[in-house]
This record gives sequence, structure tokens and C-alpha cells, in this order.
Amino acid sequence: MSSISHDHAAHGTAIPHGHADHGHDDHAHHPTGIMRWITTTNHKDIGTLYLWFSFIMFLSGGVLALTIRTELFHPGLQIVDPEFFNSLTTLHGLVMIFGAIMPAAVGFANWQVPLMIGAPDMAFARMNNWSFWLLPFAAALLIGSFFAPGGAPSGGWTLYPPLSVQFGMGMDMTIFAVHIMGASSIMGSINIVTTILNMRAPGMTLMKMPLFVWTWLITAYLLIAVMPVLAGAVTMLLTDRHFGTSFFNAAGGGDPVMFQHIFWFFGHPEVYIMILPSFGIVSAIIPTFSRKPLFGYASMVYATASIAILSFIVWAHHMFAVGMPAAGQLFFMYATMLIAVPTGVKVFNWVSTMWRGSLSFETPMLFAIGFIFLFTMGGFTGLVLAIAPVDIQLQDTYYVVAHFHYVLVAGSLFAFFGGIYYWLPKWCGRMYSETLGKVHFWASFIFFNITFFPMHFLGLAGMPRRVPDYATQFTDWNEVASIGAFGFGLSQLIFLYAVVQAIRSGEPAPARPWDGADTLEWTLPSPLPYHTFETPPTVA
Amino acid sequence: MHVDKNKISAWMRRSAVAGALVAGLLPALALAEREYNLQTPVTPIASEIFDLHTYIMWICVVIFIGVFGVMFYSIFAHRKSKGHQAAQFHENTLVEIIWTVIPFLILVFMAFPATRTILSMKDASAPDMTIKVTGYQWKWGYDYLDEGFGILSNLKTPYSQIHNQEPKSEHYLLEVDQPLVVPAGKKVRVLITANDVIHSWWVPAFGVKQDAIPGYVRDSWFRAETPGIYRGQCAELCGKEHAFMPVVVEVKSAADYTQWVAAQKAKTAAPAEDPNKVWDVKELVARGEKVYLSNCAACHQPTGKGVPGSFPALDGSPIAKGPKAAHIATVSNGVVRDGKPTAMVGFKGTLSPVDLAAVITYERNSWGNKTGDAVQPSEVSAGKS
Repeated sequence: MSSISHDHAAHGTAIPHGHADHGHDDHAHHPTGIMRWITTTNHKDIGTLYLWFSFIMFLSGGVLALTIRTELFHPGLQIVDPEFFNSLTTLHGLVMIFGAIMPAAVGFANWQVPLMIGAPDMAFARMNNWSFWLLPFAAALLIGSFFAPGGAPSGGWTLYPPLSVQFGMGMDMTIFAVHIMGASSIMGSINIVTTILNMRAPGMTLMKMPLFVWTWLITAYLLIAVMPVLAGAVTMLLTDRHFGTSFFNAAGGGDPVMFQHIFWFFGHPEVYIMILPSFGIVSAIIPTFSRKPLFGYASMVYATASIAILSFIVWAHHMFAVGMPAAGQLFFMYATMLIAVPTGVKVFNWVSTMWRGSLSFETPMLFAIGFIFLFTMGGFTGLVLAIAPVDIQLQDTYYVVAHFHYVLVAGSLFAFFGGIYYWLPKWCGRMYSETLGKVHFWASFIFFNITFFPMHFLGLAGMPRRVPDYATQFTDWNEVASIGAFGFGLSQLIFLYAVVQAIRSGEPAPARPWDGADTLEWTLPSPLPYHTFETPPTVA
Repeated sequence: MHVDKNKISAWMRRSAVAGALVAGLLPALALAEREYNLQTPVTPIASEIFDLHTYIMWICVVIFIGVFGVMFYSIFAHRKSKGHQAAQFHENTLVEIIWTVIPFLILVFMAFPATRTILSMKDASAPDMTIKVTGYQWKWGYDYLDEGFGILSNLKTPYSQIHNQEPKSEHYLLEVDQPLVVPAGKKVRVLITANDVIHSWWVPAFGVKQDAIPGYVRDSWFRAETPGIYRGQCAELCGKEHAFMPVVVEVKSAADYTQWVAAQKAKTAAPAEDPNKVWDVKELVARGEKVYLSNCAACHQPTGKGVPGSFPALDGSPIAKGPKAAHIATVSNGVVRDGKPTAMVGFKGTLSPVDLAAVITYERNSWGNKTGDAVQPSEVSAGKS
């Protein structure tokens, strides 16, 4: 995706230099072909690697999901046995979370953070390369667990013991993969924090950074704080499995519930890790297509920080059915409900940005508006789930599945799609087809809702989750959801086509294809030179 | 106007066919009821939860319509294509404060009734009776602590229905051989635990869900007001048969309940079978087949061929064809590997000596296994120490 044309150090002005100026052309000697991609330390190349990797994992996770939805089309067992079905749900979750969403977010960070702060690259360029290249190995281990004796782990992506202690070698491969992915995330986060705190262009104070940079700064802190906690939890699983410990085995004096506390102490901040970068992308797109500044920038920063801090004290809302005392239920309920406040502030600020703007609805804006609409629905079902007595009825049902797909798919993923359409012209100098983009959006939007809206009904009516078969009264909505799932899955092939077609043969893009865009990357040529901001721009 | 009689009758014929199709489908549509909301509550707590959900949902709907009404108005009225020029305002501290405080107050209003319900749900004091619920892979055990007997509750839906060989019954996957039976109108406290992995005992109509955790005993309670049969499911992934271990509670009138308890006590008081009786191999195999289908077929399959890589075949198994003592030990005590329990649990706690003897005999004399052995209940009891 990045340009191989040579560098013109942009001097912070809006005038891109022409190809004739090769005065600073001293980086012509980076390798080409496969060695380029293996040894690159360039944030643009590494961003590209992360994004393509995440898309491949997204399609793989999607195949797992379509197999699940095929089995669930009708009651009865048709195509898979229950143990394999449980492996499918487990791997679908792990692949999508750790293979698709998180790496895609890092891909955006790599491309955009240096550009948006006027830095030439990330602080630790070689560690950046290593952070990426760990991931394909981790992915191979994770997906390879299907082929281990005993198959892939089948306890859900949450891997609760004692059940997860029963699994075969596939579980150990998964634990190893989680460690590797965690190391990748931690290294990437250290890179992002250091870059943002130390390499901003002169004049770019923290409160002048684009919101996307803020959301990634905060996300990076969350990652550094909680990935080690996950590592601890899965290591204790490993030793319980093989080295005679009883961390989670009651008969040995241990506590199965302790795993849940440790896991969710990671797990709750993890879901904010997955959404905060998307908040940042939406906060870049909405002002551009409203031709109006982001409303309430300072509030948005404080709201994001509040969400991050609150995310550390709500974890046991995933455990309302475990049997904690009333004081615990009450505390976690109140704290979880509180997160609605800063989240609501962000939604109001986005809508206020649009209000009395001059709106146009190119594909990035469609995805951003779709995000606001559908993510908010997911936020409301999250509030319903926060009410502990109601959660008692809905915990471990399809209502929860509906909730998190609304926030993660119609939330995170839609923002990522918007971000790709938004920045692709800058990254590779070519416009995507607006028709294809719109078709992709509408198909995704419609089929997403067909798939996941009925799941609210299924959960309320009493259908548990992680089941390959169900009582006959749940048939109708399952049929609808399965049809929607296939539609949604096929719609993503439109995206693939749109992106590839744009890269290979799209119309050449101007430096500023979106007239309302005003962050630093739009001051540079499209496609971006391989090296940018080697001399920092001065920010007014 | 020229009227083409042929066209009209063709149209009528087509409509008749369409009408017949729809009429034929209607019963099917009615049977396949679509569900939209929580189940009808049968306890005061479930009623409170139902009302709480309705209240919260409508508040969310109103806020949603408000916010997105504004957004869609903006999408309509503030478009560049309509020539709307962008205003340039971009902050307002007062407005930020207002839309922080008002949602906070709305949350407080939601929290009050929710707090009341949590405190009620946690108050299991002064029950009229106590039942211990144990989650197993993959069935429930109910011990009537005040009455001195216990029952096991297994899924009753036959394998053939699950595998689409027969049409599915009305309560497909939600029916058991022995439901939990409780009296109406009494406060029942349930003490919930598990034998192996984490399960969760859930009855939607009661508003009760409590995780069943090995090593923990956690309580919940309910007072079911109306006699009837109420169905729920295990609500925590517990392995292969998680979807196949329903919770069924039969709420009887007080009088019927007393009768039922008396009948159960009579059954357990007199030993149902003489443990020293010598059984004929054919009787054992016939009984053993029933035991096998309820307890073993889920993993080892009705064909005895197991699932390669996960659950070993019994047909041709060296244990099933070899010395009786090893076979009895395996079924009674389960299989431990590297000091860790495996999915093969021991059945001596859940099957009587006669049932154990029967199923072992069945395994030794079915499919390709033709040992001709009869395993007697007394041999099973003898091995059981």
C-alpha cells in the first residue's frame, strides 16, 4: 500500500513537492521483494503488514462463524459434533479478538500516529518490525490447535478452568499463542507511548493532537497494564495443567473463581482496548465530512480517559451469576452503569459535530454514522446487562452475544472500514470506487442487523450461548440470523474487491481528497512518500 | 369492457393454490412461535426483573429516539448538497456539564429499583425448605436435604431426535427423566455446587441463575406461585453436552407435593433391588442398554465406536473384552491421567450397583464384544472400596 516513490521531506506546508526534486533521495537502498517486507522498519510498511494480516484473520474467523451459523440454522445436530462446535466458538472469538480487531487497530496506529504528530517514524522502528512478525507465528499456533490431538480448545475464548484443564495439547498451543500475541501488544504499546510523548512536532502540545492519537495513547497504557495480567492467568492454567499446581482446582486448595477475576481484570479493559482506537477514527471522519471542527475536543479527551480508568473497576459484571455477596453486585453494577456517562458524552459530541455542519455522505462518513447509530444500540444493551438482576436472566444467553457483536462489529469493525476508505487515498494515492464503497456499506449494515438484532430476542426468550443445538421455539430467529450471517460474510468480499481495485487501478487521488480534512497527513502528497516528516513541521 | 373468462379462472386457480399454501403454513407458523421477551414470570423476583427490564428498555428507547432524531434531522437538513453552510462552533462547557449530569441522574433513577431487587435476591433467609443442586457433566443432581433422598435428572430427549432421525418433540432438549419437584408458594432455598467443572443452574421463569462451581456452595432462592412445569438450561459452558443438560422444575400444589415426597421416601427406604440377587445375562444386557443410552452414549456413541481422538471406542476395547475387574474399576472410578481427571468420570456415585453391573455387562456383550460375561451387582459392590 505504501509508495515506493522517493522522499521529499515535507516542510510543514501544504504544497507537495513534485517528482523532480530528488535532493534528499538517500534512502533508495531499502530491499525489494519479500526481504523488504520481512526486514522493514518503516511504519507505513508495518502498518500495511498489520492491516493485511488482520484482514486475513478476519476472513478466517468469518469462516468459523459461518460454520457455526450453518449448524445453528436448524435445531438438531447437522454438520458438526458438539465438541468441535465448541472449538469453533472458542477459536472464532480468539481469532477475531487477537487476530483481527487488535492487529487492525495497531495497523492504523502505525500508519497514522507518526503522520498525525509530524514524526518521521515510530520511536523504536526495529522493535516495531518484531512486534508484527511475532503475529503470524502466533496465528499459526492458534489455528494449528485445530490439528492437535484432542483438537482446539473448546471452553469459549474465556477459557475458564476447571474445564480448560481437561483439554488436550491444543490448549497449550493456545496459551503459547496468547503469550506471543501479548508480547507483541506490549512492545507495540511501549512504542506508541514513547513516540507520542517524545516525537511530536514543535507546537503540537498534547491538547492539540488529533483525537485518534489520544485514543491510541490511552489504549497503549491499557494494554501495558492488562496484557501481563492475561499472561499470568494463562500461565497459571498451564501449570495447573502440567506442573501439579492447584491455582484453580478446589480439591487442591485452589479457586476456580480466581481465574475469572484475573481473566476479567484483563478482559474488561480489553474491550475498551478494542473500541478506543475506533472512537479515534470516527472522531477524525465526522469533522471532515461535516466540515466543522470536532465538538468539545477537551471533553472528548477527558471522556476517553474516564472510560479507560473506569474500565479497571468493573470487571466482575462478567461474573454476576458467580455468587458474589450483595455488596459486590451493587458496587460492580454502579461502576458499570457509570461508564455510560462518558460514553454518552462522546456520542453527544459526535452528533453536535454534525449539527449545523455541511454534511456529505461519502463511504467513510457512512461507516462513521453507522458506527454512532449501531454502537450506541450496543451501548444501551450493555446498560441493560449492567443492571445485575436483569443480567441474571441474560448472562450466558444470546442477548450477550448480540450486545458484544453490536459494539465490536458495528462498532470497531465499521470504524475500521471507515478508516480504510478515508485514508486509503492518502496511503496509496488512489481513490476507491464510491459505488463499491456504498454497496459494501449498505450490504454490511443491512445484513449485520439481520444477523444480530434477532439475537436480542433469542437471549430474552431464554436461549443460552455456546450451544450447537436448541429447543424448537428458538428456530425462527436462528434461521434469520444464519441467513444474515451469510449475507454479511459475502459482503466483505465486496470490500476486498474494492480495496484491491483501488490500489491497482483507482483514480489518482489528490493530496486532499476530502475538503474538510485538516490533520497533518493531508498536507503531504498522495501517495505518501516512503519517508515523511524527516524534518518536523511546525504546528501553529 | 372485454372480460377474459379464461384469465379470471386462471387467476382464481392460482389464488386458491396460494391461499391453500398459506393456510397450510399457518399452523406451522403458529407452532414455531417467535419469542420477543423474557418468559412469563412465576416468582415475585422474576416479576421484579421483568418490570425492571421493561423500565430500563423504555428509558433507553426514549433516549435513543431523542439522540438519533437529532442526528437524522441533521443528516436531512444540514447537507452540503442542499447548500447548508457549516457553522463553526466547537465547544460549550455548559452543554457538556448538562449532558453529563442529566444521564448521571437517569442512572441514579435506574439504580434505585435495581438495588432493591438485588437485596431481595440475596436474602435467602428463613426458607421453608432447602435443596442441594449439584451440576455434573452432564446432568443435575437434586438432594432433598430435609427429606433424606436425592434424584438425578438426565436429558430425556432421545439421540434419534437430536440426530434428525425422528421428528422433534414439543419439549425437545427441555425434558428430563426426573424433574426437580417443589411445592407452590413456599420459599425454596437452593444450595448449588458442582462435581467437576463450572455449570450454571438457570430457570428463566423463576429469575434464578447461579453458577455451580466445584469447591463452592452458593445459595439462591425462589418462591414459585403457580403450579406447572418450568424449563431452563445449564448456563455455563461445561463441555461437550452443555446444551443437553436441561433444568426442569415441576411445581406442585402443597398436597400433591407431600404425596410425591412420601412416594420418593418409600422408594428409597425399601431397597429397590437385592444387591445379592444373581441376574441373568440377558436381563442385565437389556437393562444395561437403557443405562448406556442415558449415560454413556453421548461420548462413546450408541454404536460403541466413540469419537476418535476424543472418546475411545468400547466396541473392541481391550478393557471391555479383558478382565472384568479392570472394566468395573474404570466405570466405577473413572479415568485419571497424569494425576488429572479426564472427561471419563466415575459412576459409582451416581449409578446403583445394579445399573453399573447392567451397563458393564451390556458393554461386554454388544456390538462386536462377545465375552458372554455377566457382571453381578455384588461384584461391583465388592470392587467399590
